[in-house]
Amino acid sequence: MTDMPDTTLTSDRSHDEPSPGQYDDAAGYYTLGEPIADTKAPAGDIADRWQTRKFEARLVNPANRRKLSIIIVGTGLAGGAAAATLGEAGYNVKSFCYQDSPRRAHSIAAQGGINAAKNYKEDGDSTHRLFYDTVKGGDYRSRESNVYRLAEVSTNIIDQCVAQGVPFAREYGGLLDNRSFGGVQVSRTFYARGQTGQQLLIGAYQAMERQVKLGTVTEYTRHEMLEVIVADGQARGIIARDMVTGEIETHLADVVVLASGGYGNVFYLSTNAMGSNVTAAWRAHRKGAYMANPCYTQIHPTCIPVSGDHQSKLTLMSESLRNDGRIWVPKKAEDCGKDPRDIPEEDRDYYLERIYPSFGNLVPRDIASRQAKNMCDEGRGVGPMVGDFRRGVYLDFKDAIARLGKDAIEEKYDNLLDMYERITGENPYEVPMRIYPAVHYVMGGLWVDYDLQSTIKGLFVTGEANFSDHGANRLGASALMQGLADGYFVLPHTIRDYLADGPFPEIGEDHPAVVEARADVEGRIEKFLSINGNRSVDSFHRELGHIMWEYCGMERTAEGLRKAIDMIRELKREFWSDLKVLGTADSLNQSLEKAGRVADFIELGELMCIDALNRRESCGGHFRGESQTEDGEALRHDDEFAYVAAWEWGGQDGTPILHKEELVYTAIEMKQRSYK
Amino acid sequence: MNLTLKIWRQTDAVDKGKIHTYAISGISQDMSFLEMLDVLNEQLNEQGEEPVAFDSDCREGICGMCSLMINGEPHGPEVTTTCQLHMRSFNDGDTITIEPWRSGAFPVVKDLVVDRSAFDRIIQSGGYISANTGSAPEANSVPVPRDNAVRAFNVATCIGCGACVAACPNGSASLFLGAKITHLGELPQGQPERWSRVVDMTAQHDHEGFGGCTNIGECAAACPKEIPLDVISQLNKDLRTAMRHGH
Ligand SMILES: Cc1cc2nc3c(=O)[nH]c(=O)nc-3n(C[C@H](O)[C@H](O)[C@H](O)COP(=O)(O)OP(=O)(O)OC[C@H]3O[C@@H](n4cnc5c(N)ncnc54)[C@H](O)[C@@H]3O)c2cc1C
Ligand code: SF4
Ligand code: FES
Repeated sequence: MTDMPDTTLTSDRSHDEPSPGQYDDAAGYYTLGEPIADTKAPAGDIADRWQTRKFEARLVNPANRRKLSIIIVGTGLAGGAAAATLGEAGYNVKSFCYQDSPRRAHSIAAQGGINAAKNYKEDGDSTHRLFYDTVKGGDYRSRESNVYRLAEVSTNIIDQCVAQGVPFAREYGGLLDNRSFGGVQVSRTFYARGQTGQQLLIGAYQAMERQVKLGTVTEYTRHEMLEVIVADGQARGIIARDMVTGEIETHLADVVVLASGGYGNVFYLSTNAMGSNVTAAWRAHRKGAYMANPCYTQIHPTCIPVSGDHQSKLTLMSESLRNDGRIWVPKKAEDCGKDPRDIPEEDRDYYLERIYPSFGNLVPRDIASRQAKNMCDEGRGVGPMVGDFRRGVYLDFKDAIARLGKDAIEEKYDNLLDMYERITGENPYEVPMRIYPAVHYVMGGLWVDYDLQSTIKGLFVTGEANFSDHGANRLGASALMQGLADGYFVLPHTIRDYLADGPFPEIGEDHPAVVEARADVEGRIEKFLSINGNRSVDSFHRELGHIMWEYCGMERTAEGLRKAIDMIRELKREFWSDLKVLGTADSLNQSLEKAGRVADFIELGELMCIDALNRRESCGGHFRGESQTEDGEALRHDDEFAYVAAWEWGGQDGTPILHKEELVYTAIEMKQRSYK
Repeated sequence: MNLTLKIWRQTDAVDKGKIHTYAISGISQDMSFLEMLDVLNEQLNEQGEEPVAFDSDCREGICGMCSLMINGEPHGPEVTTTCQLHMRSFNDGDTITIEPWRSGAFPVVKDLVVDRSAFDRIIQSGGYISANTGSAPEANSVPVPRDNAVRAFNVATCIGCGACVAACPNGSASLFLGAKITHLGELPQGQPERWSRVVDMTAQHDHEGFGGCTNIGECAAACPKEIPLDVISQLNKDLRTAMRHGH
């Protein structure tokens, strides 16, 4: 539903909008650095760039590959696919994940599907249309050459997965089925019931396990990467902690790949897994990798609402539910505590249908989310009181059941409605469901060039951990596509150009960079265990989440963001002086693991707020209260903000340094979106 | 709700371990079972006692990371994973016993955490279709009859949690193994390696110390993904055929 077709395209600005260039909201919070540019994408026709780059990337003789070692952190779609492919090519791969098996990476939880421009439905899909939809869906804040390549390799992904035995849905004739997703006008989403991520990940996992048996890939499970080793200007390894024995290990290689997933858990509550973290990326950031557009967060409108303070995570309900359910809240605040079935039709406000008559309940994710928040802020939310507010809106199947029959709804959504009932204890066939937006995905991530190389030489970043393809908003079913594109088809080509100069001079454990990285890791662990304060890690994490959600969530303002930055700085001081972590360093210690992650989330949270403060425009998932049209719709400022904000670490006590990568579109024209 | 928890505590793989008893109060019906344990852990941390170690990650029933024997049943009383079990399945005043998976092939790491890497090694021994990246033919060049595709999908939903092993008096992983054999064996792409796969995976299964199947059926009853028992018949059938072919 994210990418609804535009009905009207307008670039009008409302008149009282201050002229761009007038503000530098983040003045004092950052330093302006030199512009940055991608130097790897070949020039020329966009359709030829990837072929050209693949041809120009140097080859590595098969006999030399065994001598070249690659560390891959992460076994999700991005990391698992890369480990399998590079292992098959004959490189010496070491793969890391924090779970007890590579198969448990968070990609496993993706439900809806994966896009590919196969055009099996003959409905006018093509590489160019998928490219166009993705750039537009990203609100013209992504790099066009990367997106085009993504669309181009999408079809190979489906071929590869089918060959591995991924059981996609099929039609009666035995051919692959597609559905439409994210409101685009073509049917290009491949799926395996509501478990597409699981099936794709198991495909990649099995391919990788085959390489483990063949000896090309060595897997390190229950290992957490805590530092990257940058020696003589090149990423040459990592420091990891064996989470069972607590041993701090040094792993050296010719090149390091981070495929460590997204950092949505900076909000404490999100649809991410409990262990999803920013540590791998943040440690690299502190060593010189730029962090791009960290404030771009996707908030998904259809999740199960928070039920109380004990809540540990939020559960997504596929947005396909919006096809048949109608969203409403009571017109009168005093009705909000009532049984919804007792509220007569005339006292219900179907607010999306009212405000957006042409798109109604199918407006894009960011709009649906923001309006739900507005209704609750007005005091018209439903469900239990959490704090001072009720945070929920109804998603009602009554009309759909009357129209199509209960059986039809059951057949379409049974799994989801069951899961809802298990979690809430309410039967959605009888009582309207309650939903509320939740943090779901981050478009921001480490900055990479066309080769997926970060600003640290020899450090490549793939999947959700990089910033590259989705601009300010990601379309449904496109993250799985990106993860597998990076892992199977992009990285294996671009990394060989880098490795063609290897093997690099051997470095030992006594290299100063290794010694320093180890000492940093050991020092931090010792510090966590010795603060001996009063507060648990979770209590800090929860507090950070509250701040981020309140001030850097669905709507951001300069005033709120400045307040948040102060609060986060104070929280950081308190964390480092009042934290309480029990247990020891040399055993399985889940509080200790969390302490490291939360320490990094706190620093990331501050940078996200600074990035959001600087970007005084609304685009995609980033909505600035100061930048809206007269009707409250998002307003972009292409003249001032058509750039990627790539942030350099400014030191422990310094301010971050902003490098701007100008976005240039040659194959597509920038437009404002409208859904009225 | 007020509850009494009897929890297995074991400092590491060599420690003998024993049950500790904790009282916990103020638990709401809407909490998940693991959120109830989060509350306990906050309380222990406060009191200066090390929190109880247990595994979980997705907390939505799909990653297979969570485990726990709850009152002697893997994943507790409902047909779901521990992370999707909610406290409304229990009553005020209940005593709940919580232990790790019990099986020789899944050694305890600490408290409620076990080592399931044997499952990865079973997959390594043949649980895949060999198709190097880039070598795949066009996806629609081989149609797959819908019934086969549906059966393959249904059994491919196994999350590798190990509840089947924990439930089995013999400690057999036949349900897990049968699910993979059936998933890949239903598809045309899985045929070339079908017979070597079943032989190699079964050998690895036995080598890891999992027991043999004597058709008790506890595994399927405990499986949160309702993998049907007939995958074990499929496993045995494929194994017999493979032997006849001289694999
Ligand atoms: C509930 C849900 C539903 C979704 N549905 C869809 C969908 O239908 N379609 C779609 O396209 N996208 C969907 N997405 C988004 C998509 O699933 C993710 O963006 C994508 O799978 C990320 O893949 P990844 O390989 O980059 O990272 P992940 O799969 O998150 O993997 C990260 C890996 O890094 C490892 N790791 C992380 N940090 C460390 C560390 N410090 N040390 C060692 N290892 C580490 C982890 O162990 C793991 O192996 C969904 C997301 C969620 C949360
Ligand atoms: S067969 Fe069922 S119980 Fe066994 S590992 Fe798979 S999902 Fe778990
Ligand atoms: S935590 Fe993932 S299945 Fe329970």
